[in-house]
Amino acid sequence: MDLTLRTSSLPHDDPDAALAFYRDVLGFEVRGDVGRGRTRWITVGPAGRPDTALLLAPVAADPALTDAERDTVLGMMAKGTYGRVVLATPDLDTVFDRVQAADAEVVQEPVRQPHGVRDCAFRDPAGNLVRVRELRADAG
Amino acid sequence: MCHPAWRQALIAEQRLLDFARLRRVRDRIDREYARPLDVEALARDAGMPPGQLARRFLDAYGQSPYAFVTERRIEHAMALLRHGDHGPAELGRAVGCPSTAVFVARFTESAGMPPAEYRRRAAAEASGLPWWPLPPRRRSAPSRIGEAPASTAGLA
Repeated sequence: MDLTLRTSSLPHDDPDAALAFYRDVLGFEVRGDVGRGRTRWITVGPAGRPDTALLLAPVAADPALTDAERDTVLGMMAKGTYGRVVLATPDLDTVFDRVQAADAEVVQEPVRQPHGVRDCAFRDPAGNLVRVRELRADAG
Repeated sequence: MCHPAWRQALIAEQRLLDFARLRRVRDRIDREYARPLDVEALARDAGMPPGQLARRFLDAYGQSPYAFVTERRIEHAMALLRHGDHGPAELGRAVGCPSTAVFVARFTESAGMPPAEYRRRAAAEASGLPWWPLPPRRRSAPSRIGEAPASTAGLA
């Protein structure tokens, strides 16, 4: 079987903040932006790689959620225990500097983990954990 | 006079803001896990009294700040042991536990075995496993009535 990971999704609670972070700080291109007000579905992805995308979805607007479920999800997002994603870059320090310059919440500064991977971690504006690992020429 | 729905929305908003404050506290503990845990300093930065911070943290995350930092330290120690041999004293210092005895006790409690045994097994199973998850945490559901956190003093 030949399967690839096409689109994964992270919740947002503020579309403008999400857009500013993923487009202006991380440098993703915007592939789609539908809906209005706080209820927008925004698709972003790395430039030059149309085969992979991240959907930023308005969790609070999902009509299938009960009020209690919505409260729980919003609470978990605020607590930082809900969404997470792992990105990769050949130049971790540049990414980290940009994130830090944008005043994002840093969870972990760039460090070489015991298993050999060098990575860092921070929060997106909705509280999702974004981990970025460094790609090396000699390893994945 | 405040409209009930408006009041409710304000309360919900405040709850999320409080959670976000706790998230920043938790992330900072995570970032500085190898340093001594200073709840007073964390509380000052979060703008709440230390007792209230500890209570709210326990309420939000189901474990006290001490239990959280201990867990992070043990996780880091496990990661170090999976990829190299370290004596207990060196290991304890590396993850912010100055007392070797306390470190070994906490490690054994979490991992179900002492560090040396963990290292031996990890080395034996090193064939392709990128990481070992922590065993399920033995802890009760988060307190909803704000009782005092279980004492885990000694590590911090």
